[in-house]
Amino acid sequence: MNLTVNDKVYPVSVEQQNMTLLLFLREVLGLTGTKNGCGIGVCGTCTVLVDGKPKRSCRLKVGDVAAQNITTIEGVSPDPTHLHPVQQAFIDAGAIQCGFCTPGMVLITIALLNDNPNPTREEVKKALNTNLCRCTGYQQIFDAVLLAASQLNK
Amino acid sequence: MPELKTTGWRNDAVAKVTGRAKYTDDIQIPGMLHAVPVYSEFVHATIHEIDVTEAKKKDGIIAVLTYKDVPGSQQWGQIQKDYPYFSSDLIRSYGDVIALVVAETREQAIQAAKLVTLKATALPLQLDPEAAMLPDAPLLHADKGTNVVVHHKVRTGDVATEWKEHGVQFEQEYSTAFIEHAYLEPECGICIPRADGVYEIYGSMQHPFSTRRFVASCLGVSLAEVEVVGTPMGGGFGGKDDTAAIVCARAALAAKITQKPVKILYDREWSFRESYKRHAYKMKYKIGLTDDGCFSAVECKIIADAGAYCSVTPWVTWRSTVQCCGAYRVQNVLCDTYGVHTNHIFTGAFRGFGSPQVNWVIEQLVEQLAEKRGEDAIAFRRRNMVKQDDTTYTLQKLNTHKVSLEQVMDKVLDEIDYYNKLPLCSFGDPDKDVWYGIGLAISYRGMSLGAEGKDFCAAIVNVQFDGSILLEVGVHENGQGAETAMLYTLAEELGVPVERIRYQKTSTSHIPDSGTTVASRGTIMGSSAVHDAANKVKDIFKEAISELWHCEKNELIFRDNSIFQNRTNGHKMTFLEAVQYLYQKQQYPYALGIFQAPKVSWDEETGHGDAYFTWVYGCQAVELEVNPKTGVVTLLNAVAAHDVGKAVSPIMLKGQFYGGLVMGAGYGLIESFDYKDGKPLKSNLHQYRMFRANEVPDITPIIVENNDPVSKTGAKGIGEPTLELMAPAIGNAVYRATKIRIVDLPIQSHLIEKLKGRA
Repeated sequence: MNLTVNDKVYPVSVEQQNMTLLLFLREVLGLTGTKNGCGIGVCGTCTVLVDGKPKRSCRLKVGDVAAQNITTIEGVSPDPTHLHPVQQAFIDAGAIQCGFCTPGMVLITIALLNDNPNPTREEVKKALNTNLCRCTGYQQIFDAVLLAASQLNK
Repeated sequence: MPELKTTGWRNDAVAKVTGRAKYTDDIQIPGMLHAVPVYSEFVHATIHEIDVTEAKKKDGIIAVLTYKDVPGSQQWGQIQKDYPYFSSDLIRSYGDVIALVVAETREQAIQAAKLVTLKATALPLQLDPEAAMLPDAPLLHADKGTNVVVHHKVRTGDVATEWKEHGVQFEQEYSTAFIEHAYLEPECGICIPRADGVYEIYGSMQHPFSTRRFVASCLGVSLAEVEVVGTPMGGGFGGKDDTAAIVCARAALAAKITQKPVKILYDREWSFRESYKRHAYKMKYKIGLTDDGCFSAVECKIIADAGAYCSVTPWVTWRSTVQCCGAYRVQNVLCDTYGVHTNHIFTGAFRGFGSPQVNWVIEQLVEQLAEKRGEDAIAFRRRNMVKQDDTTYTLQKLNTHKVSLEQVMDKVLDEIDYYNKLPLCSFGDPDKDVWYGIGLAISYRGMSLGAEGKDFCAAIVNVQFDGSILLEVGVHENGQGAETAMLYTLAEELGVPVERIRYQKTSTSHIPDSGTTVASRGTIMGSSAVHDAANKVKDIFKEAISELWHCEKNELIFRDNSIFQNRTNGHKMTFLEAVQYLYQKQQYPYALGIFQAPKVSWDEETGHGDAYFTWVYGCQAVELEVNPKTGVVTLLNAVAAHDVGKAVSPIMLKGQFYGGLVMGAGYGLIESFDYKDGKPLKSNLHQYRMFRANEVPDITPIIVENNDPVSKTGAKGIGEPTLELMAPAIGNAVYRATKIRIVDLPIQSHLIEKLKGRA
């Protein structure tokens, strides 16, 4: 089988189909932007987009997502020399501290703003509830999401 | 270029937001082996035999190491060297490691680890620190002769006479819970045995120099033979010191024996099981008041559960002792603080470092006393709080900086509209569907390490031929933005744009041991060292240019990317021209800057001295609602004001306010690392509850700036002050909502219990 990650098609061996998507991304493809915080689908640091929907890659087997398009943090901006507006907003709003939750937070933000381009602060809080952050107290992440929304709507 | 300080620019931002930042587990090295720890099912036991024979036979297994393979010291520690790299004769806690399996793949190592067997005899558990203090209690460490790790005292005035003459007006016991740091990145360490014989270490650790000592001691090599490289770290909060260091040491041991690179990556379960926690405290307070409502005497007995190993318990409990009566004037104090060994997983540094526990007591206690006197709690605080030039109850005169406690409190009262909201509090009114409460807390906090340790920091400024600049500082980037704060400091000193400067990744082999980035000391110590290095470099410029321009050195100023002679029609030269002029003259603009903290002192018998070289002041308030049926608390709104001396980067500073306040609210309301019979009841993040995005209140940060004369840049610290206030503020607000005073942390579960008991 093959797996499509960030618009590139990678071959997957039979053994690799049973790997978690997280491990496959990190260890086989070297896409280490996807993090492992708990391994049980609670912290959200391993979030990737599967056909545009946020999923926890530690809870998926590679074989489960064969026919789908995976987007990781490495693939959110089509041009590696330019940041996605959500990434830029995270920087501008001061939403980054240790950075370990950041890739997952950026990805759920992209998914949220695709579904709801004008979220309220309350809607942002709810949408980010799937992902833990231990550094920021979330405030500047909320700021970043709202800033990104306003930038994308320009 | 936009004014960077008004955005969240930081030197590591692009790397982190694109997933390119390389945390330890993101580093792959060809031929690298993987190692995993082996635990036992015992909490306290005598070891008879550790059998690794079967494990060694499995495919891919390179080695299975135990204490017998350690060439250096068997144990290490920052204060008492009692923390074993591997258990040898005794298991003292559920987190103890008996062996390390080294394999070609991590999965092979995990499978083989199950085959290591242990013959051991269980010993009785010692889980109550008060019982462990008794003279006939069995000892966890026979060589210490006692389970008491440390006993700190304060003996100020004459408490006994006060009790005799005026009696005790108030007595209460309080307790706090064990807390897990729950940094999102579990521990990881890599050691590369280099061709030049040096062991190169990458790790998720916040103290490279301590890690180096752990590694060198384990391997039995010199400090120069170990190079620990600062690595991006996914959160620390004080928690990535001893445990992270021992993970690196074990990786180094495996690397030394196999002469191959070795990585040890922890699962969250292992991190929960092995890493040290915040100390659980039990505190008994007796209070005497004068007729006009001033503290006449405080007697307290504070007992901290140190768990199985010492770690930094003596330092944590020392801060509790120095701050045992909070930010108040007290004439007579008798304080006894003990750290005591039990068979719990050991406890150590955690953001706040002994102050959140005593603040939990004091800031509720003052409100209990005010209520008893029938007076406003703010008025009670105002009368008793430390003021400018006061002498503290540990006999330090607060005359070297601005004492801004009242200033920060007034800012919070004003911003949250405290007095207009006070009458809205429900006090458990049975006719109300929702109970509302507001509460606050104040604190003072000694900056940096104080008399608990050596306080020194170094910085290196290295200006290149093309005018670009390299900066290296002995503080560690924990995620707080330390590197960026240092860059801003240097840019300001040299009058150059921050883009001109690159932060040079630090390593223990490049810069003098600058201690650990803890105790909110990164900014004050680091920026002061940068200031010194910058001024030494400026002197090199000034020497050459004053000669060229035939002027005095003190006429030269560094501003706008240039050097000016400060007079009408004076000379001017761009920074780059100045650099190239220096190079032509073969003078190198390079300097090592240092900052040595001012002298501090402490007398262990009396508990008197200049404990810290400066202090910070803070106040936080919170509004909340309680559901009268369920007891569930919802935080609505919070305000925090802290005097930081000077804000280096307001946006990053606010990040510290938010993060510390939310972590402090979690400490107060919901977090608790619980045990049953010495085994943790929480194995992973699904069981350890901490705040998620939709549970946090709105937060208004207020930055107060009173430049500190001791700090070279005026800046103090903020990492920990933000965490130490929310628990009592919530406690006070919960009381005003429910008329129930919670004295044990965490509040939420105890409140639910009390409401049930009443129903």
